[in-house]
Amino acid sequence: MQNQLSEIFKSYEGEKGAVITILQKVQGKLGYLSREAIAEVARFLRMSETEIFGIASFYAQFRFTPVGKHAVRVCLGTACHVRGGEEIMKAAENKLGIERGNTTGGLTFSLERVACFGSCALGPVMVVDKDVYGRLTTTKVRDILSKYNS
Amino acid sequence: MTFEEIQKRAVTEWENWQKSRKPRILVGTATCGRAAGALGILDVINDALRKLKIKATVTEVGCIGLCYVEPMVDIIKPGKPRISYGGLTPENMLQLLEDYLINDNPRPDLALGYFGKDKVDGIPAFFDMPVLKPQIRIVLRNCGSIDPANINHYIANGGYSGLRKALSLKPEDVIEELKKSGLRGRGGAGFPTWMKWNFCRNAPGTEKYIICNADEGDPGAFMNRSLLEGDPHSVLEGMVIGAYTIGANQAYIYCRAEYPLALERLGLALRQMEEYGFLGANIMGSGFDLHIKIKEGAGAFVCGEETSLIASIEGKRGMPRPRPPFPAIAGLWGKPTNINNVETWADVALIMQRGGEWYSQFGTEKSKGTKTFALVGKVERTGLVEVPLGIKLREIIHDVGGGIQNGRKFKAVQTGGPSGGCLPASLLDSPVDYESLAAAGSIMGSGGMIVMDEDTCIVDMARYFLTFTQAESCGKCVPCRVGTRQMLMILQRITNGEGEPEDIERLLRLANTVKSGSLCGLGQTAPNPVLTTIRYFRKEYEDHIHKKICPALVCKKLVSYYIHPEKCRGCGICFKNCPVEAISGSKKMIHVIDQKKCIKCGTCFQVCPQRFSAVVKVSGKRIRVPKKPVPVGMQKVAGKRT
Repeated sequence: MQNQLSEIFKSYEGEKGAVITILQKVQGKLGYLSREAIAEVARFLRMSETEIFGIASFYAQFRFTPVGKHAVRVCLGTACHVRGGEEIMKAAENKLGIERGNTTGGLTFSLERVACFGSCALGPVMVVDKDVYGRLTTTKVRDILSKYNS
Repeated sequence: MTFEEIQKRAVTEWENWQKSRKPRILVGTATCGRAAGALGILDVINDALRKLKIKATVTEVGCIGLCYVEPMVDIIKPGKPRISYGGLTPENMLQLLEDYLINDNPRPDLALGYFGKDKVDGIPAFFDMPVLKPQIRIVLRNCGSIDPANINHYIANGGYSGLRKALSLKPEDVIEELKKSGLRGRGGAGFPTWMKWNFCRNAPGTEKYIICNADEGDPGAFMNRSLLEGDPHSVLEGMVIGAYTIGANQAYIYCRAEYPLALERLGLALRQMEEYGFLGANIMGSGFDLHIKIKEGAGAFVCGEETSLIASIEGKRGMPRPRPPFPAIAGLWGKPTNINNVETWADVALIMQRGGEWYSQFGTEKSKGTKTFALVGKVERTGLVEVPLGIKLREIIHDVGGGIQNGRKFKAVQTGGPSGGCLPASLLDSPVDYESLAAAGSIMGSGGMIVMDEDTCIVDMARYFLTFTQAESCGKCVPCRVGTRQMLMILQRITNGEGEPEDIERLLRLANTVKSGSLCGLGQTAPNPVLTTIRYFRKEYEDHIHKKICPALVCKKLVSYYIHPEKCRGCGICFKNCPVEAISGSKKMIHVIDQKKCIKCGTCFQVCPQRFSAVVKVSGKRIRVPKKPVPVGMQKVAGKRT
């Protein structure tokens, strides 16, 4: 753990207010913020673990449990809401057999809601990993997710 | 190299690109274009060029704003005008390349419009399209036309001449120019920019900061994303001008992590600026130093509020603090700090390039210039638009947006996101400026404009916005934390058909408490969607509360689905698709929904073939149906039996 993270820590030596950026980098590397990772960050920044957790838990981006191989994010922003984003979310939940905010048993998919991707004109929108899918229908959602299953 | 030399080189590069002997293909690959499949189109183009052995330059550009016809591609053949194509698919893209590049048929059926003076038969002029005619595109001038990853393209189109000019002036003269322009903050509050800068400039202390607020968190808004992806340098130029004027040597861009492409383009743009000496030490030989750092937001809507944003940059929980002291006096690390929105910074660059007087020709007496809006929702032509302030809402929705989708009726337009209000049809003729929108109970906001039709339930909409603000409330002050929660619970009750007669008054009382008692902008504006919907659509609340009906047929607890016995042909599609086996029936039998089992998911309503349209959705009334499936044709008898 320490070795994995010291690479990240190196470039923030002595920088003011870098804690959020460091946590982002750590999550980018590990996929989520484990207890051990938080302890490492705390040690590096000479802050308490509680403080670090307090900062991390304030922001929606940070996760504290392992995530699936594919991140499925359904937009529930206003424009998507007006165009049936909630139904898209339900279709994804049904297809994956989990509720939003959870990860499938085999760590294949994590399903999350996002407030807005800024692709409102193409709502409803879903993003799987880095692929953006717009103008969705419930049938399309099922087809798209099947594609990632293999 | 001096700026003049850099400029000359950039112009030469741009002109050579324009006069290229090879055909040029521009593909709009901003995030929205990608959502519509632009990267697939890009692959098709590259493959086709290889197969057809055509030599052409392919450039990825930003978004020109016509989201409704994404993905879009522009083709410029040597000696021919630039033609824009929309609604492309891998199939027709391939055909288009063959037809136009090989057989010289510009395919007017796929074309949107041509640019420039030379006409093309059968194709309209691009800027004569109804969607563009009422627009004045000055902030978005480069989006979709230049390569956002190439600083020379920006420079060749007047870029950084504003910075050049500013550095030759005294800071107070830059402020004077801004004052002349009449520019007001584009983040939504509309504070005069020159005045804000002056406060910070005159604040005591030598260590000062400037910040670009790119934490575009309003759901339904993407103006800033588009600008950062399509023309990042326009924002950065404005920032350097601002830093010079205010006397700051360190700047931050606080951008949402949800905008990876914008972050990538910004990072690249900063490196290019350093190479050209537009950033770093001794900028353009003026002796002025500036460093810009990108900070990625971590997903907290409240960080759009300036004191929260500052806390977040400092590495703390993004919670607001009381003002005064204002950031202009004590901001980041306790030092004088000036924060402006992405669009404001881009406006600054433009004003310094073309002059404050030039800018002030657009807009109204008190609201000068143009404003970008993300026009979305149930409108025919969704997209990113830029209009002069003072334009009527009706012109944006009907002329630019082409009216409501599918011939439905307009119901309301929401400006300012979760902080704004829902305005009804009777206000469509009011002008879009800071004062008029505030008088109507809404705000200008950063530019989200969501159009709703008669199928949108206004109470559900208010509930939606409250769900958002309640979840995003940071929890620091009681009125916001508890008040938004209580309001949300009342709204949930109403949409569930459990509303009480006093609920409207309760909501109004709570709304006013939250508005006047909250610490920051989030809480102070969170009640706006509720207040405006009660003000303009009170009857709809009353229908939900007293009659227990949802006229727009949205609130699940208040609607029922029935299979119309006279329309059902017994095809069985609904039966097969119902996820909870609430439908009984078999081939050639009129199907029946068990109302007790139905979860109102609407699947049967969606899958029933249009030629039958047998599934009906109602609120507050019952359709006579047989108790059990009966053979098709027996419906009359069946009807009587119930």
